[in-house]
Amino acid sequence: MKYIIETKNITKRFDDFTAVNSINLKVPKNSVYGLLGPNGAGKSTLISMLSTIKSPTEGTAIINGYDIIKEANDVRRSIGIVFQSRALDDILTGREHLEMHAALYGVPKDVREERIEEVLDLISLGKKTDEYTKNYSGGMKRRLEIGRGLIHHPKLLFLDEPTLGLDIQTRESIWEYIEELKDNNDITVLLTTHYLEEADNLCDEISIIDHGEIIKTGAPKELKSELKSDTITMTLDNPEKLLSLIKNKSAINNSLITGDELRLMVAKGENFLPEIISIANTNKLFINTIELKHPSLEEVFIKYTGRKITDGAKTAGGKR
Amino acid sequence: MTEIEGIYTIWLREAKRYIRYRSRIITAIFTPLLWLLVFGMGLGSAIRFGGTAGGYQQFIYPGIISQTILFTCISAGVGIIIDKQYGFLKEIMVAPLSRSSIIFGKALGISTGAIIQTIILLLLSFVVGVPMTPLIFIGSLLIAILIAIGMSGLGLLIASFLDSMEGFNLVMSFVVLPIFLLSGALFPVTGLPSWLEFIVYLDPLTYGVDALRNIIIGDSVLPLEINALVLIFFAILTIVLSAFIFTKKEQDLM
Repeated sequence: MKYIIETKNITKRFDDFTAVNSINLKVPKNSVYGLLGPNGAGKSTLISMLSTIKSPTEGTAIINGYDIIKEANDVRRSIGIVFQSRALDDILTGREHLEMHAALYGVPKDVREERIEEVLDLISLGKKTDEYTKNYSGGMKRRLEIGRGLIHHPKLLFLDEPTLGLDIQTRESIWEYIEELKDNNDITVLLTTHYLEEADNLCDEISIIDHGEIIKTGAPKELKSELKSDTITMTLDNPEKLLSLIKNKSAINNSLITGDELRLMVAKGENFLPEIISIANTNKLFINTIELKHPSLEEVFIKYTGRKITDGAKTAGGKR
Repeated sequence: MTEIEGIYTIWLREAKRYIRYRSRIITAIFTPLLWLLVFGMGLGSAIRFGGTAGGYQQFIYPGIISQTILFTCISAGVGIIIDKQYGFLKEIMVAPLSRSSIIFGKALGISTGAIIQTIILLLLSFVVGVPMTPLIFIGSLLIAILIAIGMSGLGLLIASFLDSMEGFNLVMSFVVLPIFLLSGALFPVTGLPSWLEFIVYLDPLTYGVDALRNIIIGDSVLPLEINALVLIFFAILTIVLSAFIFTKKEQDLM
């Protein structure tokens, strides 16, 4: 079994709105896989189906070798899930949440204590472990939820927008935590996000999802290099002169002059940079500053969806 | 085995919640005492009550115990909506556990709270001058457990049709109050106009009040076995029905 998730034309319709449209997704084992898309793209609905919360209108999926429709309980035992919205009881302690989860998922009694300690170690709640969760900070609640999802040693962990609404430091600590998790455990993480830097930093592979369909799949690095659009920005006294000398080079896709600034869109910026400088030198053109920028995932997203991720989905059906 | 442990786990959480909200326990004891002392004594002095030897206060004592169980169980059952709003219901619903076990565990947990209140009220029987023997105590508790499970099941059943706590007042006005007033908790159910008598016997709590009255003050309309049978039937019916609806509506609940 190479893939932990394999969906087969999975579809979810609400009345006349198609939230997920015939998606075929393959998630390799022991990877961190990202579903990237604007709000309302269908990410949460897809995760709800994969975690057996919602049943698909059409199609199905195989998770850890089990069918999500016919073998829902086996699927449930194979997965851990951290919902987008909070799912904690404010009047139970952190430890009690873990104990309860372990019992509900049938973790054998003799290893339960050990597992709980192991998770508590990982999520470092410190002395708040035995306090009610209503006294926890946003980051602690998140860590507890992630830790809880790990108690029964799932093969697959779903994280639905794990850092939504968290401040930058907390977000970074959650990222570190997820990194640690995948390095030290036999686990696959499927996360949804609409934070591009999150997908970029964490995921081995991503799928861009929009209007309920997968538009593009690949490793973030590959997707970015496929764009062939490094940007070289220079300031110099006579940008027109330099441009006229180099504009016939095949590496240049596009160029733009604003005042004393020359901007070039090129395929392999790092290879082209020395050439420009030597041309400028031989023609006695003095370059004041020069900067090379690789494309971000943002540009990848714009290329495949035609808009920025923060613009949201045009036909968003709201949260279901 | 896993199912039993699941039921136990859900029960445990519910019981912990009950004990930790101390203010709820205090109100739940204070309200019935108000009824017994103020209403019972006030009305008892105003009317010539020939129903029982002990007077009106003693007559409504079993009724007020039933009322406490009814209010506690229905409001806690409907309270599952709060779990839904806080998202905690998802965590339970996504566990590899049958929906029936979830409902049963929940109903047992809620009933535990109601039983704790019943015990306190039974221990306070001297307030209305009712003698309490171990036999009366245990018999009353058994009946109270049956009433509690049935009413928790009813609360959960109602909750499965509600989306938010906004509907709670509606439930109080259209379900809880009629069940309470029609149960004969406050008046004898004999000698009523026949249309009212008919409705009174449709009310499941009537059988609970009658059974408790039988055990506590030795005064009842129906035999204890009949009352107990109706209560058992009602408890099974509401639990099975809510488990069924929860399985059916599972998708909307998460």
